[in-house]
Amino acid sequence: MRNLGPVDDIPLGEGRTYAVGDDMIAVFHLRTGEVRAVSAVCPHKGGPLADGQIDNRVVVCPLHLYAWDLATGCSQSGQPAIDVYPVRVDDGQLILGV
Amino acid sequence: MTQRLVVIGNGMAGARTVEEILARSKNRKENRNEVGGEGRIPDGNEVGGEGRNPNRNEVRGEGREPGEGRSAEREARRSGEGGGDGGFVVTMFGDEPYGNYNRIMLSNLLAGVEDEAGIFLNDLGWYADNGITLHSGTRIERIDRTAKLVYAADGTATPYDKLIIATGSSSWTPPIKNINNPKRGYHQGVFAFRTLDDTRGMIRYARDHERAVVIGGGLLGLEAARGLQNHVSEVTLLHAMGHLMNVQLDERAGTMLKDSVESRLGIKVVLNAMTTEILGKDRVTGVKLADGTVIDADVIVVAAGIRPNTRVAADSGLTVERGIVVDDQMRAIGEDDIYVVGECAQHRGEMYGLVAPLWEQAKVLADHITGSDPDAAYRGSKLHTKLKVAGIDVAAMGLKEPETDDDEVIVYSEPKKGLYKQIIIRDGALVGATLVGDNSKAAGLIQAFDRGEPLPDVRAELLFDLGGAKAEVTPGEMPDDAQVCNCNGVSKGAICGVVDGGCRTVSGVMDRTRAGKGCGTCKPLVQRIVEWAAGGEAEEDPAASWYVPGVPMPKPELMAVIRRYELKSVSSVFDKLVPGGEHDAKSKMGLASLLKMMWADEYVDERDARFINDRVHANIQRDGTFSVVPQMKGGVTTPDQLRRIADVADKYGVPMVKLTGGQRIDLLGVPKEQLPAMWADLDMPSGYAYAKSFRTVKTCVGSDYCRFGVGDSTALGIALEERYQGLEGPGKMKLAVTGCPRNCAEAYVKDLGVVAIDGGRWEIYVGGAAGAHIRKGDLLTTVGTADEVIRLTGRFLQYYRENANWLERTYTFVPRVGIDRIREIVVDDSDGIAQALDAAVEEAVQAYQDPWKERAVPATPGQFRTSLPLTVLPQVPVRA
Repeated sequence: MRNLGPVDDIPLGEGRTYAVGDDMIAVFHLRTGEVRAVSAVCPHKGGPLADGQIDNRVVVCPLHLYAWDLATGCSQSGQPAIDVYPVRVDDGQLILGV
Repeated sequence: MTQRLVVIGNGMAGARTVEEILARSKNRKENRNEVGGEGRIPDGNEVGGEGRNPNRNEVRGEGREPGEGRSAEREARRSGEGGGDGGFVVTMFGDEPYGNYNRIMLSNLLAGVEDEAGIFLNDLGWYADNGITLHSGTRIERIDRTAKLVYAADGTATPYDKLIIATGSSSWTPPIKNINNPKRGYHQGVFAFRTLDDTRGMIRYARDHERAVVIGGGLLGLEAARGLQNHVSEVTLLHAMGHLMNVQLDERAGTMLKDSVESRLGIKVVLNAMTTEILGKDRVTGVKLADGTVIDADVIVVAAGIRPNTRVAADSGLTVERGIVVDDQMRAIGEDDIYVVGECAQHRGEMYGLVAPLWEQAKVLADHITGSDPDAAYRGSKLHTKLKVAGIDVAAMGLKEPETDDDEVIVYSEPKKGLYKQIIIRDGALVGATLVGDNSKAAGLIQAFDRGEPLPDVRAELLFDLGGAKAEVTPGEMPDDAQVCNCNGVSKGAICGVVDGGCRTVSGVMDRTRAGKGCGTCKPLVQRIVEWAAGGEAEEDPAASWYVPGVPMPKPELMAVIRRYELKSVSSVFDKLVPGGEHDAKSKMGLASLLKMMWADEYVDERDARFINDRVHANIQRDGTFSVVPQMKGGVTTPDQLRRIADVADKYGVPMVKLTGGQRIDLLGVPKEQLPAMWADLDMPSGYAYAKSFRTVKTCVGSDYCRFGVGDSTALGIALEERYQGLEGPGKMKLAVTGCPRNCAEAYVKDLGVVAIDGGRWEIYVGGAAGAHIRKGDLLTTVGTADEVIRLTGRFLQYYRENANWLERTYTFVPRVGIDRIREIVVDDSDGIAQALDAAVEEAVQAYQDPWKERAVPATPGQFRTSLPLTVLPQVPVRA
C-alpha cells in the first residue's frame, strides 16, 4: 500500500507519472472519477504513457499512437502488454496497492 | 480404356491442344502411381520397363528416326499398357508436309531475322516420342460421324473415339481479275502469306525482282511489306480501307501508323485502294486499281485476310456459320465426341485469330476431353494484342472507339514522334486501349483490361510513367516480407495475417497494424492488399466517412447537431451523440479542433481533449522531451531576438539548436518542466510548430534587397502571419509568399502560396504540398493588392477549416472539392457565404491568445510535471 497523494493532482481525463520504488507508474484519472494505474513507459519505443490521451477504456501513447487497454494492459495493436497495478481512491487520496 | 484420338490439323492449335492433353494424361498416370493404389513402388517403374518414365522413352526412341509406322506401333503399345487410365492413342493429319511450326514467326523468316529451324515448335521427333502418328501432307475430306471414321484424300479411313478439328484458316483471295492462272493456281509472281511454302516461294522469287506490291494493310500485310524490304528495293502497300489495321485501330492511330511506316520504313502506302486487276501475261508486271492507277510491280503478295477452313465440317453435317459452332466445352454443337479448336471455331458468335484465346481454348478442351476437369468451360476471351508491327510498337485491346456518350476517352497524340495513346473507360473500368509507337505501358493496361482492376484517379498514370510515384505492383506479386508502410515498418505479410484473422476493413487493418498511419502515402497500397487478401471481399467500412472514428457521423451532419444542441465541450459531444455515450481517446483531438473552430471563445476547453503538444504548447520528441520554436514572422529576425535565443539555449543547456524548414529556430531536447521558464526568458510568442494549425509563412528576400523581386513578399508574409497566427484547423496550414516567379520561398508547394508577379499583382495558389505527397498548388486567383491577398487567404482558410475532414490537408481537400468550385465560393462568392466566412475567421483571429503566456500559473495541476522522472535526459546525443 502506498499513498500517492491527492487524486486532484491529476486533472480529469489526464494522467501523471509517479515513481514508486524503482518502478515508473502512470496513473490516470478517468472522467468517470475512477482511477487506473499502468507502467509508465510504452513498450514500443519508450514513450511517456502519462502524456497520452485516454478515454474510459484505453490510453494512446503520444509518440506513435499505439493503444493499450487500461484495465487489462493488453495492446489493441499487436504490441506487448503493459503492466497493470491495483489503485483506488480513498478519502480523496490515491492509494496504490502493490 | 485407351481411346483413339484423331486430330485434323497440325497447326498451332492442333499441336498445342495435343500437348495439353498429353500433359494431363501424364499427370494422371503419375498421380496414380504415387498414391500406390496398385501396390507398385514408384521405383518399380524404372526397372519394370513399362515405359512411363520419360527418360526411358528418350533412350528407347534412339535416333528419333521418322519411321512413323514403327514408332506409332511402339507407342501405341506403350499407351495400351496404361489400360484403364484414360490414355489416348493420337493420330494427327496435317495439310502441310512438316511438323508443327510457329506461323507468327513467318514474318521474321521473311525479314531474315530467323531461319527455318528457329520457327519449328515440334519436330518429327516429338511426335515419335509421344506416340503420335502424324500423317503430314494428308488432307481429310470427310467425317463419318455415325461410323466415327475420317476419310483422307487418298481414300484411307481412320477410326476415332474422339475427334478434334483444328483446321485453322486460309489466306483469302479477293476477286481480282487475272490473279489466278488456270494451270497453276496463282499467277506467276503472286503469293499468299500464310504457310512456310508461301514464304519460301516469296523469298525465292523476290530475290531476282525489285518492286513488290502488298495487297492488304492489316497486321499480316504490314509484316509482309516490312519483310519484303529485306529482298526488294521498292515496296508499296495497298489497303482497301481508309486507315491501316482498321480492325484493331481507330482512324487516328491508323494514320499515325501510316506516317511512321512511310517516313521511317520507306514503305509507300496507298489507302482506299481497290485492286481490280493483275497486269502481265506470263509474269506479273503490275496492278491496276479501281481509279485506273497502275502500279508497276513484279512481286505481289496477297494478305487481304483469312477465312476459316470449315468445308470438311460443313460437308460432314456439323453446324457451320462463319466458323464451326462450338459449346463452352469446345465441342461442335450437338456432338459428344467432336471438338473444335482455334481459328476455325466460332464460340458464342466470336472467332479468334490470335494465339492467347487459342491457348485458353486448348486448356479447356484438354481438361474436358481427359476428364481432369469435367466442368471446365471456355467463356470467351478478352482480346488484346501487343506487338511490333513492322518494327513499330502497337498494342490494342477492347474497344477502338467509344460507344456511348458516357464513355470516358483519353487521348495523347504526338504525330511528329509517331506516338499515339488512347484509352476508353466505362464505369471506372478500362474497356479499350490503343497504343502506337510506345508499348511501355501496355502490360499494365492489359492487366487492368483483363481483370477489370480499379484505375488510378490520375488517368495519365495509365499512359505515362509519372515522376515520383513508383510503378504499381499488384499485391499478388509482392513477397510477404515486402515493407508496405515505410513509416511504421509494416510488411505485406503482417497485413495479410490480420485479414486472415478475420479483420476485413481497411481501417480495422490500419488500426491493428498501424500501416498507413504515418505519412499516409501507402494507404492506397494497404487498401489494395486488404482487398486482395480478402479475396476481393473487403468490407465497406461505415466509419470511413465519419469525421472522427468515435462519433458516427460525417462532418456536415456532426456540425449541424453540435450547433443544434449547443455542444461546446468534447465530453458533451460524446455524451450526447454517441450511442451508449462511450468516449473515444482517438476522437478527442479532432473534436477539440472542430469545437474550437465552431465556438471560438465560447468553446469549453477540457484540457484532456488536447493532445500533449497542445497541453504544453511544444512538440513532443522521441525521448519524451519537447522542442521549442519561437515565432519568427516571415522568417525575419533581429540581433536582439537571436541574442535572446542564444542566451536561453546556453542557460538551459539546450542539446540541439536547429534551423527549421519554415525559417525559424528550433530548440530541441527541452524537458517539459523547463518550458514555462524558457518562454519567460525568451519573451517571444509561440511559433505553433506543434499544432494542427496555421504554422508559418515562409518568405524570400522580396523587393527590398533582391534584384529580381517584384513584390514585397517579406512584408506580406509578416502581415499574414501576424493576422492568422495560431489558427486551428483540420490539418497543418503552411504558407509562403515569394517575391517573384523564381519561387525561392517555394510558394507553389504550400497549402497557400502567394507569388508576386510583375505589375504589382499577386497570384494565390492553394492545395500545394512538398512533404510525403508532392503537389503543385492550383491557381486560385490573381489580385492587385496585398490587402486582397490577406482577405482571400482568411476566407480560403476558413472554408477549409469548416469543410475539410479531420487531418485532411489542403492537397487532398482542394482536388476533392475542385479548384473551380473553391474559386466560385471564395473568389466569386457564388454561394453568398463570403461575408460569413470573413466574419468567422475574424472572430477566430480576435480570440487568439499567445499560449506561451500561460506560464505564471499552470492551467492544470502538474501541467508541466515530467512524465519520465527516472529517465536520464537527454537520450538524443548532444552535437558539438
